[in-house]
Amino acid sequence: MIPWIGQPLPRFEDPPLLTGEGRFVADLTGDASFLRFVRSPVAHGRIVSIEAPEGITAFTAEDLREVRPIRPLLHRPDFRPIEQPVLASRKVRFVGEPVAVVVAGTPEEAEDAAEQVFVDIEPTDRVVSAPEAIRPGAPAVHDHLEDNVVVDARFETERVDEVFSAAAVVVDFDLRSRRQNALPLEARGSVAAYDPRSGRTTLTASVQSPHVVRTVLADLLGMPESDLRVVVPDVGGAFGQKFCLAPEDVVTAWVARRLRTTVSWVEDRRENLMSSFHSRDHHYRVRGAFDADARLLAVDADLLCNIGAYSCYPVTCGVEPLMALAEFPGPYDFRTYRVRSRGVTTNTCPMAPYRGVSRPVITLAMERLMDLAAVRFGIEPAEIRRRNLITEFPYASATGLVYDEGSYVESLDRAVDAIGLEDFRARQAAARSEGRYLGIGFSVFSERTGYGTSAFAARSMDVTPGYETVDLAMDPSGNVEARLGASPHGQGLETTLAQLIGDRLGVEPARVRIVHGDTDRTPYGWGTFASRSLVIAGGAARLASDRLRAKLAAIASAELEAAPEDIVIMAGRATVAGTDAGIEVAELARLAYHSSHRLAAGMDPGLTATATYDPAGTFSNACHVATVEVDPETGGVRVDRFVVVEDAGRLINPMIVDGQLHGGVTQGIAGALYEEILYDRDGNILTTSLMDFLPPTLAEVPTIEIHHLETISEATITGAKGLGEGGTIGAPAAVINAVADALRPLGVEIAEVPATPSRLRRLVSESERIPA
Amino acid sequence: MSERTKVDVTLAVNGRPYRVRVEPRRTLADTLRDDCGLTGTHLGCEHGVCGACTILADGQPVRACLMFAVQCEGMDLRTVEDLADGDRLHPIQQAFWDNHGLQCGFCTPGFLMLAAGYLEQNPDPDEDELRAVLSSNLCRCTGYQNILKSVRQAAEVMRA
Ligand code: FES
Ligand code: FES
Repeated sequence: MIPWIGQPLPRFEDPPLLTGEGRFVADLTGDASFLRFVRSPVAHGRIVSIEAPEGITAFTAEDLREVRPIRPLLHRPDFRPIEQPVLASRKVRFVGEPVAVVVAGTPEEAEDAAEQVFVDIEPTDRVVSAPEAIRPGAPAVHDHLEDNVVVDARFETERVDEVFSAAAVVVDFDLRSRRQNALPLEARGSVAAYDPRSGRTTLTASVQSPHVVRTVLADLLGMPESDLRVVVPDVGGAFGQKFCLAPEDVVTAWVARRLRTTVSWVEDRRENLMSSFHSRDHHYRVRGAFDADARLLAVDADLLCNIGAYSCYPVTCGVEPLMALAEFPGPYDFRTYRVRSRGVTTNTCPMAPYRGVSRPVITLAMERLMDLAAVRFGIEPAEIRRRNLITEFPYASATGLVYDEGSYVESLDRAVDAIGLEDFRARQAAARSEGRYLGIGFSVFSERTGYGTSAFAARSMDVTPGYETVDLAMDPSGNVEARLGASPHGQGLETTLAQLIGDRLGVEPARVRIVHGDTDRTPYGWGTFASRSLVIAGGAARLASDRLRAKLAAIASAELEAAPEDIVIMAGRATVAGTDAGIEVAELARLAYHSSHRLAAGMDPGLTATATYDPAGTFSNACHVATVEVDPETGGVRVDRFVVVEDAGRLINPMIVDGQLHGGVTQGIAGALYEEILYDRDGNILTTSLMDFLPPTLAEVPTIEIHHLETISEATITGAKGLGEGGTIGAPAAVINAVADALRPLGVEIAEVPATPSRLRRLVSESERIPA
Repeated sequence: MSERTKVDVTLAVNGRPYRVRVEPRRTLADTLRDDCGLTGTHLGCEHGVCGACTILADGQPVRACLMFAVQCEGMDLRTVEDLADGDRLHPIQQAFWDNHGLQCGFCTPGFLMLAAGYLEQNPDPDEDELRAVLSSNLCRCTGYQNILKSVRQAAEVMRA
């Protein structure tokens, strides 16, 4: 099966996970004591007192005085920092905020003990939604921020008003995307073990970024980083929720050190829904100016992102509004753009990036704009997109982003064919005459992936992620070990990297072991998030493999008395091109270690190589199409078909790629139709179980049909682009456009997602055109 | 809760007796995980929705987080640890492997036990029924596409 790249190789990760041998944090508590957090029942208030009865081991902010607050930073004039104490001190700012922690022998005892801790909080006025929070006179969530605005970013090209006043058609609309929870099936958790012999503490935690966690723990706890080890065991999904620092992990490490023992914290689902990180919750006001040919000339947008009570470390709460500002134009060619994008703090659970970050909402906004304009012009949604998509590459957007080559129009055309647009329109018309409401929705988008240091630096982040390093070694038996700072948790990276490395070194992927998730064993890196690991860790793996391959070729050339450039390394052998002369790769490896006297003068013994890769980034692209049927009586939506035409450059393992798309699309459908975290006016969270917050089951998910285009990216060394988030980015727009298309005869427009049955039912009953 | 209120229970898990001493409020899932050391049974919600804790009790898929250990004396309990025959994977495990039916693997034990219990009783399910049964459990990673495919393949292999 050479090359291994491109093969749907079954994953090396799977066997233990199939047999019950997976090891997740909750499986590793061993003899640990258990922590339970006492959480605020009040959205906003002053802590008057915290009392724990005799015999209960409890700690509060008072005990953790020496622990520094979490203070995520952007170095920009339009950003104002806010701080989060790891346990609330003096004030609480959201329901679920940890105010104290208790320690007990079993989880049950810890829960019982936590219930006996009495927290007296004097409630103050609170503010729950972003539009409310920016109203003059709204309660200030952080005393030094009277207007609750943490980021207020603006961008404006020339002549915006002029273009709007000369436009043939101006479309304007509001859009609200409700709040979600990334909802990894395994909630968060960690085990912290203090070793009195070495004085070191090991935090075994369900996180996405072990090195970053180590650094920030050392900073906050004021201890040498070398006294900390962060280990990531199997992780039961993360989707961004485990990328930003959990204050609970800091407390867990602190308690272990304080009590000189091992303690664990295993979050339950109620806590996870209430006080892990939430996501999205955007309010947009959007205007688009078109010329008479339906060409988009300008966009003017006001974007409001509710960031919750605190800013998340390391990316900060600027990530949503700043990404929305920079990437709003998506795949459309227009030069005139004005945007104001704000991040606003409220008395709600803090936000962190969730699969897609702001892009599911900005894509929804741009795709709604296209559909609303198509209706005004009386043309097909596919046609208006064709007229406006970018076609020349590299393309520099109005905000200065440079898009590498993609297949935007091709993906749309392929999708139109695959879904059978004409047939669908005929069926739709027939169904309407029977009183049934079918609809079709398109979503064309770009997915910026593989953000390197330069991309993050453009946001002026105090902590600027980007590069990845891979340490590669071939041992004397010819087996390979690759150690990385990326930290995969379900993405199949162990398998894909083994394929990539295997091809370069002429060894079977099964002989390539990938080591990750242990700061003692891996080079410093940023972890796995933002669709970056295959591009960046993969690029580093490729570079390190090239170096090792060059050394193997040099050794072989001496042994075989041939020029190094004539050496071919493949299928376990190094051969001289065009001859039978050859030598086993394993033999070369043995020689490199055990007969180093035979190596060329100046060549080091052994076979190791290290490489770092830090690309600027690359844009994947895709077109999603959904067809739906809506029942206007019940407001129920059934997604009948879902087609994805994806271009993620070179596919290393197509089976894994499709898996990422399946999962991504499903989360996108969830955001469009089902999932919603709700607060009441007082900031009480109403959705704290999976009976209230509704992730889709198989009953709600259609068959997802996938087609691939492969525009080999020159922006990355492997030709591969990232694609971990695309499914989630594109699907909401496809579904919502389809629902809107279905209900158009009823005069209904959708300005809020998820489009739940009750919301749709209300829209239908409020519209003038009641169905017969 | 004091030692006094604990009760002795003998559970038959994977064909082996486990004598445990548990509080009456202790769930079967916690007992399997913490007292029997069988951590393959996962907890995704502890309130009966996600199905990550699905095991077989007398051949029926049940949510182990919704049962108390004290209820289960005398039942024949099977968990994911018992599915493979030594090194030979059960056809359902093999099918999940072949078809990329798992990503993070957290939901996997629950889906495997759900499918195993169901296929043992319904070796030839139709598509609608299979979809309905598999919609009992939640997976956050796979979008269910390859889970459905895996169970279809397993059904075929098991029938052959
Ligand atoms: S843990 Fe039992 S159903 Fe979720
Ligand atoms: S594979 Fe991750 S929850 Fe199903």
